[in-house]
Amino acid sequence: MTSHASRQVRNKIIGYLIFLLVLALIPLFTRIGLVTEFVQNLLMYSIIFAIAGLAFNILLGYSGLLSFGHAAYFAVGAYTVALAPQFIGNTSFEVLILLALVASAIVSMAFGYIAVRLTRIFFAIMTLALTQLVWALILKLYWYTGGSDGVNVRAKPLLGIPFNEFMSRPEYLNTVFYYYLLGIFAISLFIIWLIVNSPFGRALLATRENETRAEFVGIRVRLYRWYAFIISGVFTGLAGALFAVLNGHVTPEQADWIFSGDIVFVAVLGGFRFFEGPILGSIIFTFVRQYAMGYAIFWRLILGSVLIVLILAFPSGIMGALNSIANRIRAGSRVLPAATTPTPTAITDIKHHQDGGREK
Amino acid sequence: MISQEPILYTVDLKKYFGEVRAVDGVSFRISPGEVVALIGPNGAGKTTFVNVITGYFNPDAGKIYYQGKDITKASRTKKIRMGIARSFQLVNLYAELTALDNVRIAVLSRLGKTGIFWKPVERFDDVRNEALEILAAFGLEEKAEVPAKALPQGERKLLDVAVAFALRPRVLLLDEPTSGVSSKEKHTIMERIVSTVRNEKIATMIIEHDMDIVFGYSDRVVVMYDGKILAEGKPEEIKQSREVQEKLLGVTAGAP
Ligand SMILES: Nc1ncnc2c1ncn2[C@@H]1O[C@H](COP(=O)(O)OP(=O)(O)OP(=O)(O)O)[C@@H](O)[C@H]1O
Ligand SMILES: [Mg+2]
Repeated sequence: MTSHASRQVRNKIIGYLIFLLVLALIPLFTRIGLVTEFVQNLLMYSIIFAIAGLAFNILLGYSGLLSFGHAAYFAVGAYTVALAPQFIGNTSFEVLILLALVASAIVSMAFGYIAVRLTRIFFAIMTLALTQLVWALILKLYWYTGGSDGVNVRAKPLLGIPFNEFMSRPEYLNTVFYYYLLGIFAISLFIIWLIVNSPFGRALLATRENETRAEFVGIRVRLYRWYAFIISGVFTGLAGALFAVLNGHVTPEQADWIFSGDIVFVAVLGGFRFFEGPILGSIIFTFVRQYAMGYAIFWRLILGSVLIVLILAFPSGIMGALNSIANRIRAGSRVLPAATTPTPTAITDIKHHQDGGREK
Repeated sequence: MISQEPILYTVDLKKYFGEVRAVDGVSFRISPGEVVALIGPNGAGKTTFVNVITGYFNPDAGKIYYQGKDITKASRTKKIRMGIARSFQLVNLYAELTALDNVRIAVLSRLGKTGIFWKPVERFDDVRNEALEILAAFGLEEKAEVPAKALPQGERKLLDVAVAFALRPRVLLLDEPTSGVSSKEKHTIMERIVSTVRNEKIATMIIEHDMDIVFGYSDRVVVMYDGKILAEGKPEEIKQSREVQEKLLGVTAGAP
């Protein structure tokens, strides 16, 4: 069993490395004309939303909590990068990222503290409501935030090197910033993977699967949910910080509930029960959205319809569909594992309404 | 061994649900290594009694002592840390997770390792091995990689007990560990449980409806009726008590 599990892990790691390598080759493909700059640009957005989606999925996929307010942390990260230079001058991007992480940590600590008192739809509604607070604040504090016009964000020095001063913006974004982004993505991927596969990640799964049992093995359910919330918020803030520079402009749209919904979609579309789901979801979402936007004012409608069709076709996300295809192919040569045998229902056990074990 | 000091005892414990006196002044004690059967008709208050001891509900009155200390007000998680574990009348497992993970999470929690987020869980060989040993003690080693939801009822019941057992408790409260299981399987389950808890000298209270099981596996029987303790004694004594016969055995004689 152990060798089987470790082989699986190794295969996965190889898969991620190949994926990252392909991404690393993209700028070269762009240079020789295999990929357009436009596509590369979309890929960068995809990578950023993938970080946000992975972060969001720590809550939905691993803790069973549907946050409808991840725009808040994204926006806090983005606006921190956009606004901080007014106060601290033109620093290297790392300083701004650090500030964005701190800011999103503070906000997610506060919001999470309130939200983890609730579960299910109530949790979702609370996170939504809290996000609207951030959105309203951004609009109201227009002398800082530019209100609905937003704020322009200039290219930043990276690792202390002022690339922005001797490169044109497209060149900057498509070369140095691209690799910078890829590096942060790789690090985030690694850290989030570690977290969800750690003992802490198992504890989160326990709280997702059975709150009562988790408590009765000694897991402090609310506290762990709060930790998960903060981790999730911080990585979403990181995504927001990267977005600010890539987009060159931040607006209240990034704090809007519609944007929260986009993050949910990225995870659900890709498959929230799979670690990689949000990455796949993000790429597909970004490209579908881009092409939908070509249809003027109806693009939201078109995007929504396309996504609904996709979700109906693949209820466990695209990863789920791929997984079952892979299983079917493998089943040809190997007997299905016992895990797929149907669950027997314990009719005989349901003899009383008060079981003392199950809440709600 | 039964003459030992009790590890856990309650004094005049009460829990009311409005008019319903679910637990109505129960004074109970259990010693290390002892296997006590708690019996009584449906609605007698057995589960509620466990719920109050484990902190699922706060008692309305009375006290709970554990290792000589008053733990009436202690939180659920604190009581678990101290060594009081339970299983559930309706299984409470992590349905999507494997049998191994169901037990492993309990082991991690007991060792205070659930806060570790920087190292993959598979790298904790000691935890994994311990979880596998516990599964083996309950005859579930072959099912380690099977999701809990795919196990047959009897094995899910056993796994539920194994999870409680993985907390290495000193007091184990099992709420109908064999309900919903065929009577042949019942004996297998009880033998596994009783031999395991006796090896470890765990004070064990088992709520049970099946009288064969009750009389076959316990050192002492406590009879609850209407929230109160009606009788208490060695299995043979309880078997012969007229009052118990009328109120309880008569009632449950035809029960499954
Ligand atoms: N959470 C609750 N809220 C209200 N009443 C409850 C609750 N839990 C139990 N009761 C009531 O308390 C009484 C005792 O219930 P309890 O579940 O403790 O009985 P039991 O002895 O475990 O029965 P069974 O053998 O059917 O499991 C019953 O009348 C029950 O309806
Ligand atoms: Mg009961």
